Amino acid sequence: MSTNGIESWAVDLAKTTAVYPFQGMEFILFLAGVAFWIWWHVVQFRQEKREIDHVTDASDLSSKSKDLIDKY
Amino acid sequence: MGSNIDALTTIFTEFYYWVTVVFMFLIHVGFCLYEVAASRRRNHMHTLMKNTMVIPLVTVTFFFFGWWIYFAFPNGPFINGGINFDAATGARPWDPAMGTNLGDHINGVFWAAFLLFSWTAASIVSGSVIERIRSGAFWILAVVIGSFAWIIDASWGWHWDGWMVKILGYHDAYASGVIHAIAGGFALGVLIVLGPRLGKFRKDGSPRDIPPHNPWLVTLGLFMIYTGFWGFYAACNVPLISPEVIDGQITGVTWTATNIYLAPTTLSAITFNFLMSLAGGMMMAFVVSKGDAFWTYSGGLAGIITASAGNDLYHPIQAMFIAGIGAWCAYKLHYWVERKFKIDDAVGAVAVHGYAGFIGLVIAGFMLWGQPSSPYDGYAAINPLGQLAGAVIMFGVLGFLPGFIVAKILNGMGILRIPRAVELAGLDFEASEAYEAAVAEVNEADKNMV
Repeated sequence: MSTNGIESWAVDLAKTTAVYPFQGMEFILFLAGVAFWIWWHVVQFRQEKREIDHVTDASDLSSKSKDLIDKY
Repeated sequence: MGSNIDALTTIFTEFYYWVTVVFMFLIHVGFCLYEVAASRRRNHMHTLMKNTMVIPLVTVTFFFFGWWIYFAFPNGPFINGGINFDAATGARPWDPAMGTNLGDHINGVFWAAFLLFSWTAASIVSGSVIERIRSGAFWILAVVIGSFAWIIDASWGWHWDGWMVKILGYHDAYASGVIHAIAGGFALGVLIVLGPRLGKFRKDGSPRDIPPHNPWLVTLGLFMIYTGFWGFYAACNVPLISPEVIDGQITGVTWTATNIYLAPTTLSAITFNFLMSLAGGMMMAFVVSKGDAFWTYSGGLAGIITASAGNDLYHPIQAMFIAGIGAWCAYKLHYWVERKFKIDDAVGAVAVHGYAGFIGLVIAGFMLWGQPSSPYDGYAAINPLGQLAGAVIMFGVLGFLPGFIVAKILNGMGILRIPRAVELAGLDFEASEAYEAAVAEVNEADKNMV
């Protein structure tokens, strides 16, 4: 038994097609991939909001901003 | 692969596209260098990451749906027929052809060549919006242009069976419109909603120059883009194909390279024209900008972009003059639009890609008037009206409108632009604080060990 159905390379390559493991689960993989992509955006937006809040809440922001602006 | 010659052709084609992909990676490296150099120190890391993360996000979405759109939408759909589900079967993300498959040597490298174009489309927009857009908002816009809008236009006008080719006689061999005009139009749509950087315009409305933090890195980035552009041009061709496989009106048995429409061309022809249009663009931009380095380099790009629609068919000296016209127009239009409409395009992307691409399509309509758009019977010939309509579709319908609409939605949700205080403090404020704290702590620890 093997995860892609091939247990030796004694095969005719002209008749060999997909060789990735767990064939037949591609659509579930696709759904999981889309969910991962959307999850990434959700997490990223939360992280960015927290970062922006951190800046706007910073003490002595205007003085620090002037220093940073001077660095160009 | 039935015979040795079939096997050689297949493996050569596989390797050919693979090499173009590696070359095109340099376009993204160049855009990253260029953008970071154009931004100010307090925004460097966010500027870099904004463009860097285009790579994974557009890659996964182009795998999930972008590639399928290319094969499914050549008819519009509903302009020249319905959705072409049969032709798009092998591009479904769950199809065995979209994976490790010993029976297929082309799908992966062909997908990757198109994907690298997708990164470029998103990356063009990235530079124009630096220093004030939220990264999260940009990444949604990047997916819209990179995995949706541009690949629809490719399906319509950069596909042997596309409705624009059949009905309008649209010809855009090296993507003046399908990459550059659409990305420039998209960037313009976003910029109108996003607004200028703080301090870009004086109280009387006149624009200030915001010089790049590092002009040397800007030019190095543009040099990298030139280098990657070679791969882009090669990737626009089918490298080797027989007349029987084309199955069109070509007679005889001579194998050939073709453009994306399967009409004959040669790598030699496009090498002449690539270099002559680069030269024409640089020379004109140097003169019109009075020797400005940034505009001389950008003018080289604008020149190639203007000539690209017809660079499979022009004479090299024609390509040079067309490129010069494009570079001149891009420079003049950039500053006119900036003054007149208060548009702050930080890197001139709308002009170099959008206006130059649009103008290049229109010029190709006159230069190539009456020439066949395809080797197949029944297609409209190349003509000025078809090219103008194509330019409007690329820049306006599939570029400007989606950019403007999605930016409006993001702005309405309050997530398009960073707050004023953050823009002044810099996007890297938190990262800078963490960096300085880490440096202070490690220095203190080291000193205590002396």
